[in-house]
Amino acid sequence: MNKIWLIIKREFMTRVRKRSFLVVTLLVPLFFAAMVVIPILIATNSKEEKRIAVIDDSHLFMNRFPDDKGVYYKYLVNTGVDSFQHKYADYGYSGLLYIPEFDIDRPAGITYYSNAQPGLAVESRITRRVNDLIEEERLKKVNIDASQLKAVKSDISIDFKTGEEGKKGSSAVAYGVGYASGFIIYIILMFFGMSVMRGVMEEKVNRIAEVMISSVKPFQLMMGKIIGIAAVGLLQFMIWVVLIICVQLLLPLFLSGDAVSAMSEGGTMMQSSSSAAAMEAMEKIQFVVGSVNWTVVITCFIFYFLGGYLFYSALFAAVGSLVNEDPTDAQALTFPITLPIIIGIMVMISSVQNPTGPLAFWGSIIPFTSPMVMMARIPYGVPGTVPYWQLGLSIGLLIAGFLFTTWMAGKIYRTGILMYGKKITWKEAIKWIGRKA
Amino acid sequence: MNLIEIKHLRKYYATHKAVDDISFIIPKGSIFGLLGPNGAGKTTLLRMITGIFYPDQGEILFNGRPFDPRTDIHSIGYMPEERGLYKKMKVGEQALYLAQLKGLSEKEAKDKIKYWFDKFEINAWYNKKVEELSKGMQQKVQFISTIMHGPELLILDEPFSGLDPINANLIKQEIFDLSRNGTTIIFSTHRMEQVEEICDRIVLVNQGKKLLDGEVKQIKQDFKQHLFRIGVGVMPNFAQMATYHFSIIKQEGLAYTVKLSEGSTTNDILMHFIRQEIPITYFQEILPSINEVFIQQVTSITDTAAGVANESQPAYS
Repeated sequence: MNKIWLIIKREFMTRVRKRSFLVVTLLVPLFFAAMVVIPILIATNSKEEKRIAVIDDSHLFMNRFPDDKGVYYKYLVNTGVDSFQHKYADYGYSGLLYIPEFDIDRPAGITYYSNAQPGLAVESRITRRVNDLIEEERLKKVNIDASQLKAVKSDISIDFKTGEEGKKGSSAVAYGVGYASGFIIYIILMFFGMSVMRGVMEEKVNRIAEVMISSVKPFQLMMGKIIGIAAVGLLQFMIWVVLIICVQLLLPLFLSGDAVSAMSEGGTMMQSSSSAAAMEAMEKIQFVVGSVNWTVVITCFIFYFLGGYLFYSALFAAVGSLVNEDPTDAQALTFPITLPIIIGIMVMISSVQNPTGPLAFWGSIIPFTSPMVMMARIPYGVPGTVPYWQLGLSIGLLIAGFLFTTWMAGKIYRTGILMYGKKITWKEAIKWIGRKA
Repeated sequence: MNLIEIKHLRKYYATHKAVDDISFIIPKGSIFGLLGPNGAGKTTLLRMITGIFYPDQGEILFNGRPFDPRTDIHSIGYMPEERGLYKKMKVGEQALYLAQLKGLSEKEAKDKIKYWFDKFEINAWYNKKVEELSKGMQQKVQFISTIMHGPELLILDEPFSGLDPINANLIKQEIFDLSRNGTTIIFSTHRMEQVEEICDRIVLVNQGKKLLDGEVKQIKQDFKQHLFRIGVGVMPNFAQMATYHFSIIKQEGLAYTVKLSEGSTTNDILMHFIRQEIPITYFQEILPSINEVFIQQVTSITDTAAGVANESQPAYS
């Protein structure tokens, strides 16, 4: 036991002390923080204005272009489109919208001229504006008052409550959290699994394995490595959770400060609307945080992370022990292991959309795919979407699964780690399972 | 007292018999040579003695008790032929790690490291990564990490390969020192000149079978061809050398290599020279080198095998 502890310590320390560990550990939460903060910052601070000249030969839309979130329209009269379409930039316009004379039932030939691409948002805004105006004209033609139509339209939102306690939930949030967790597990399985495999290959190719095995049992060496790398992953995960919580706590300070400064700057229409957007984003974040049972999700995540990792990393270790000097061997040998992981991610992507379907059910029970698929279902609610018996069965099978793969991999590893010079296939390796050392 | 007794050890692989009914003993404190051509089964034998493999049949006694890898492994230091260290690890940490895996406490291990690093004058390397060292330096580190925990049994597989003469000599002296202090050493090699210089006893294996074992001196006696070298003061004429006591194998200037005839003694040879009044400058017995014994044994086995294969044809030879 003492020896396995020494091995775990070495595997852990050599990885944690590497510079790349620090870089990855700090960059990942920074990346996530950036994904949240940057869109909000852009919404708050976008000072870019577009001034658009409108030449309307149909004379239908005279001064009916209201300014819209930093897009200003200027209705020009008595200006020829042919001459002006080369000069609009000189007058300080970013673009020219030309509306020719057209049949209201079959509009055609409406064109926007600009030097630079206007961007998707502006494009769709202009298009929507023109469509709205054409709709209004058509309504007028059939004698329907636009304001009457507006009054008739319905736009309510339904509260979707799930579970017996009628907890307010959101499918969108569950979808997001489920997808993200399933995907992170997939990355962990691949990344740390490969890490185990490379570690074993290194020991074999460096020939340290034989020295080690004259001091410790092969199984101890293999398990030490697997557990050591798991500890690295857990530490990394813990640091991320702490950092993300810190960022979450700091975010309101940061954002509200910005909003306050925006207010004090004079409170133009645009700025106050953008600080409202920031508030809206904050509310959204709080809604996300509130609508998922994080205790269950995080506990299950850690379990499925460890369970899935142990299930696959032992197999990766076995592959590492089969590889000889030629690293291309590794590719052919890993294929049977990466295949179920890839199937798992595909089942996960479909299950997150239909968390109670038969594919989701079987995917979350079978240990080959359950770490990914079950994590996609859990944010939808336990026991609402995932009954306790399913969760229990899945956990039990995963534990049995990793005990089995570890036992099997141990047998292969023991022989493979000392086998040199010969190209080994899975077929041969399977035969070693039943063999004595 | 024997440290190791190996009794009818067998280890079969699917396609061949790696170790086939091998028995021998290793007395405590001896330097024991395990010899054999490549693929003879030396590594498999060593892996069974180090507890890496279990034998299919047979028994290994360690200190008179059946060998138990779980505890006896700490009394063994094994340096495999293919050397291996963690390349990215620092020399000192690596030594500490390997020593702790052999059951030393951290403090004991650090004391030992200090002692051995001082002795081999490699303290300056303590914080260097293994990959920064030359191959010969890595060998030294490997040797130290093998002996650091003070094993009762030290197994060295080709310990001098890749070492320059100075370092090879350093390690050789260390092997003698350890042996004087009671360490039993198994020395696996196919370099025969080293065997004669270093080993007390040997076992010779080929194709998984034991060909012979025993003390080096005794084996040389057993395989001697009754050859002698005589140095003479003046060149004798042909008639002077005619006798039934010996036959001349070779003449090189004033030195003769002669083979003693059956029923004659060395004194008969000397008497003959004296009677013929040929002045003798020296007289020396020629014992076979272990290399000669080795080659003779290995090829005779191969010849026998070939002979068996050709049994249907009558052989006149």
